[in-house]
Amino acid sequence: MQLTVNGTAHDLDVEEDMPLLWVLRDELGITGVKYGCGIAQCGACTVHVDGVAVRSCQLSAGDVDGEITTIEGLGTPDALHAVQQAWVDHQVAQCGYCQSGQMMQAASFLDLNAAPTDDQIDQAMSGNLCRCGTYPRIRAAVKTAAAKLQEG
Amino acid sequence: MSRLKTIARRSFLVGSVAILGGVAFGTYLVKRDPANPLSADAAAGDAVFNPWVKINADGITLVTPHTDLGQGAASMQAMLIAEELDVDLDQIRTTPGAPAAAYFNTALAAEAVPFRSNDTGFAAEAMRDTMGAVMKVLGAQVTGGSTSVPDSFDKLRHAGAVARETLKAAAAAQTGLEVAQLRTQRGAVVLPDDTRLAYTDLAADAAQMAPVTDVALRDPSQWRLIGKPVQRLEIVAKSTGTQTYGIDLKVEGMVHASVRMNPRKGAPMRGFDAGDAGAMRGVRQIIALPYGVAVVADNTWRAFRALEEIQIDWEKAPYPAEQAEHWAQVEASFTPDRLDKEWRHDGDVEAALDGADVIAAEYRAPYCAHQPLEPLGAVAKVTPERVDIWVAHQLPRFAQQRIAAKLEMEPEQVFLHNQSAGGSFGHRLEFDNVDVAVDIAREMPGVPVKLTFRREEDFAQDYNRQIGMARGRGAHADGKVTALDLDIATVSAARSQSGRLGAPVPGPDTQIAAGAWNMRYSVPDLRVRAYAVPELAPTSSWRSVGAVTGGFFAESFLDELIHAAGADPMTERLRLVNDPDARAVLEAVAEMSDWDAPLAQGRGRGVALVTSFGVPVAEVVEVTNTPRGIRIDKVWVAAEVGRVVDPVTFENVVAGGVIWGLGHAMNSEITYADGRAEQDNYHMAEGMRLHQCPVIEVRALENNPAIRGIGEPPVPPAAPALANAIFAATGTRLREMPFFHTVDFV
Repeated sequence: MQLTVNGTAHDLDVEEDMPLLWVLRDELGITGVKYGCGIAQCGACTVHVDGVAVRSCQLSAGDVDGEITTIEGLGTPDALHAVQQAWVDHQVAQCGYCQSGQMMQAASFLDLNAAPTDDQIDQAMSGNLCRCGTYPRIRAAVKTAAAKLQEG
Repeated sequence: MSRLKTIARRSFLVGSVAILGGVAFGTYLVKRDPANPLSADAAAGDAVFNPWVKINADGITLVTPHTDLGQGAASMQAMLIAEELDVDLDQIRTTPGAPAAAYFNTALAAEAVPFRSNDTGFAAEAMRDTMGAVMKVLGAQVTGGSTSVPDSFDKLRHAGAVARETLKAAAAAQTGLEVAQLRTQRGAVVLPDDTRLAYTDLAADAAQMAPVTDVALRDPSQWRLIGKPVQRLEIVAKSTGTQTYGIDLKVEGMVHASVRMNPRKGAPMRGFDAGDAGAMRGVRQIIALPYGVAVVADNTWRAFRALEEIQIDWEKAPYPAEQAEHWAQVEASFTPDRLDKEWRHDGDVEAALDGADVIAAEYRAPYCAHQPLEPLGAVAKVTPERVDIWVAHQLPRFAQQRIAAKLEMEPEQVFLHNQSAGGSFGHRLEFDNVDVAVDIAREMPGVPVKLTFRREEDFAQDYNRQIGMARGRGAHADGKVTALDLDIATVSAARSQSGRLGAPVPGPDTQIAAGAWNMRYSVPDLRVRAYAVPELAPTSSWRSVGAVTGGFFAESFLDELIHAAGADPMTERLRLVNDPDARAVLEAVAEMSDWDAPLAQGRGRGVALVTSFGVPVAEVVEVTNTPRGIRIDKVWVAAEVGRVVDPVTFENVVAGGVIWGLGHAMNSEITYADGRAEQDNYHMAEGMRLHQCPVIEVRALENNPAIRGIGEPPVPPAAPALANAIFAATGTRLREMPFFHTVDFV
């Protein structure tokens, strides 16, 4: 099977039903994507397939139909995506373990809805659990990123 | 003195960890400073001034031995050293360092004594000194009990100052100038002509000198970093997916493992049938352990999948199988023989309530899981000569000693590489992941094994928060609360922990009535008694430990009495409060929340004041009763911590503590059926989600000279303030957590 991750094509010999999460983490060594619950309840494993946020713990490798982007492909420490820049500016993270998933969710959401209302942000981000309770800063960072992206 | 020692020994049950008790020690041991762990590995040219600062030609390394669990400990420790060392945070690297006795936690001792935190009398202070000596002799390197800041505040600034003055002495020797002519700035000694001698260039000379230890700490007016907003060291890494946690480590030749342990915690396995699991793709080995089965594979998911195929016959639980039996045990514990300690008796409660119009109520708090988002795990490699283990742990030195004992090796042969944790909340005070990783790795000598718990396994194996109840009685007269009698019965999480460590600690558990007995109120007749429920399912320290249950009981029942008296919940608390710090936090939230402003029908405000870990915290919660359920609109919180080191992280952690307290009070519990926890993933114990999160306003007060930590104290007032707000909005009094059994939430 062939998967394209962050612009690089990989030939893989894995079971069709291996969740994309574990292909990324244990086969390709891409560890920004996290295992949290395994049942799509926490959102720590969120990646993009063709720009749309998906829970990679619930997507079988054989069912991937599109290009995959992980947090490492969204931006890098030297070239931050607007969402990542907002996460840095607001110092959102505490333990940080959920934040890759939070940012991938936010980036996909803002791509679909450039000028979200507060309620829309709340609904879009509520599938991503943060045990440390950084929600107030996540809200603020999403708004900052939205404004930045609208400026272009 | 001998009596003091006895008391100390008997009362040595500490906030977030039970330390092995029964220690005998002499003056020599107490006075002797532990060895500098950096000296052992120091190469030529390495200046290792003390256990926290190492400088050589390659750079400046600061050791931050308090484990970073997400609370910002690494940055905070680096700031304190950097403040006096005169370096900026972009000039240094940090490491948690190797476990060492030198990193013993002095601050933990302050809260380990059975005195109120604002009691500075002779007996209290003397016992704190004794406890401090115990911590030193034990070499107790502990992250917990909200002690990272108080333990570090003086010690690490001093470490930075010692390094700075030694570097200045080296520069003076090199240049022939007087030390008084030199200053330091941004990692360099600056000469009168503004020539800069970089610390990294001076290190080789400084390494040859005895550290200059007679140093004075700077006045706060000169601080560049402390109390100022700075960018957390790891914030870019945590915003780009490049922060590495234990679960992300890659070690050459590593295999992946997972485990199923008896979900009836503490009981062994009878036997198992692996079926075809051994033939599944990628499976390397199936390992029988006394307590369960591990699968080693070439991929974590393959290990998970093979585990599901294995049929296991488990031994019965060593505690009651059904939840109702747990509650029955708690209910039966309000008896003289289970009285752990009468912590407080002001006036004469029996006389006050005799013949009075007594108000009585019963409260309940369930078991509750920790469940940080990074699941338990570790990477371990065992050879005949040495063990390497990479794991995030709050007790790294005890973990090291435990592994050494298990493998009959010396502690020096165990290399524990402490990691940044993906959360903890008390979860990483336990040793299951350490034990299992080593048990697997010893079966595969020389092969690094990465162990990852499935989330379901993590829930099953969690050591939950104490289960407990309270029975309150009280009276009022002339619109005032006049009597309050509160009996609290919980299992002893500290005793459960210390029992597992093989060193059960006798004496009262300071945590059963924490958050209640130390209430900073003067009610004329006031009694708080703690009853110890015998061990049921094993429990452990859960963020804020006893105060989360004690505070809920005390501040909810007090609110009942205030309402019964017809008084205003804020006004009456301000009348009762007996301590300037506690008064100040109450007045702060009253002002922040505009407490006296009227609210529309269906809305309500509640207030609570709980002191834990020496920090009085007041919270006001405002809710609206909507057709879809209770919506939490806003929370105002004020805390007295003496001094805020890192204001950005402070605000973040306080808000997070409020969310932790509210979310679990809303919807989280662990219940047992057939001996196992019924909740096995976040859909059954989810805490708060973002759409439920209120606006939270945080204020730090810095009136008291004592420096305190903030990781835990924001948690306890959240649940009672929410319950009190819901009562104000709906007339429904919530006496049992989680509240979703009684009311709906948006």
